[in-house]
Amino acid sequence: MSIGLIGRKLGMSHIFNQAGEIVPVVILKTGPCYVTAIKNQEKDGYSSVQLGYEEVPEKKLNKARLNELRKKSLPLCKMLREFRVKSDSELKELSVGQKLTVEIFKEGDYVDITGRSIGKGFQGVMKRHNFKGGPATHGSMSHRAPGSIGGTDPARVFKGRRMSGHMGNRNVTVQNLQVVKVIPEENLIFLKGAVPGSGASHLIIRKALKK
Amino acid sequence: MSKKIDELEKQLIPEKEFPVFWPGDDVAVHVRIKEGEKERVQVFNGMCIGKQGSGRRETFTVRKVSYGEGVERTFMLYSPSLVKIEIMKSRKNNRMAPRAKMYYTREKN
Repeated sequence: MSIGLIGRKLGMSHIFNQAGEIVPVVILKTGPCYVTAIKNQEKDGYSSVQLGYEEVPEKKLNKARLNELRKKSLPLCKMLREFRVKSDSELKELSVGQKLTVEIFKEGDYVDITGRSIGKGFQGVMKRHNFKGGPATHGSMSHRAPGSIGGTDPARVFKGRRMSGHMGNRNVTVQNLQVVKVIPEENLIFLKGAVPGSGASHLIIRKALKK
Repeated sequence: MSKKIDELEKQLIPEKEFPVFWPGDDVAVHVRIKEGEKERVQVFNGMCIGKQGSGRRETFTVRKVSYGEGVERTFMLYSPSLVKIEIMKSRKNNRMAPRAKMYYTREKN
């Protein structure tokens, strides 16, 4: 895990690369994030940084949050989120109140995005698990049904059997998205590909774990 | 599409000048293509049968009949590989039915 940023999705677009090819991009608005707390091994038992994002008017926050932020004379942030790091040594350069912007990512970097996917409600197995369903015609009476869910021998259904149920509205991480462009003045970052969520939810942007 | 994204696209994708053409016009589209190391300009001649999208996302479809086989190609208007658009015959001089999507020409082939 490493320190990242909190942001929101603006929408999808495209840009042309130098070869004239079209690159599908998602535009995110991220930061500025403020360091609101630093937790270390000695005092808290683990190392992490708490970041705050999105300044809001006073009336949007409850008193507990308000007082905590006022005490440290920090901007009034709507969203607080902790980022675990491996050891205290990674926290040395950080201080409470420090501002982190998109500039921590460069063009060509790879990032992981975590967000909440769009809720799709109760869905059948064809939409939820890409089942094939039954034949549409020829006297078939099983069109979108899952089919057999097991044999008679175990006399039960095995755990993890894919069935219909609630789909979406869960945390999803998309790995290894390439940073195509960064506009620091407007706090915008362009990634190749798509990210979860509708844009109303927050996203966590981290350096790619596997690159 | 949000207004903000429209603005960003206008900032990032440079403006280009094109002759005004409509579905029904015969056009020649000059496209830069890469063959290995070499680069050359290819011309696609045909009738524009539709325009899609707006702003920097606009695309248009050109149809031609090549050796008895209909061929359609969709171009992005603001793609840097699109060099030039020439109008060979405008709709005014064409006997084609004036409509936004000339898909009915597919059945004529």
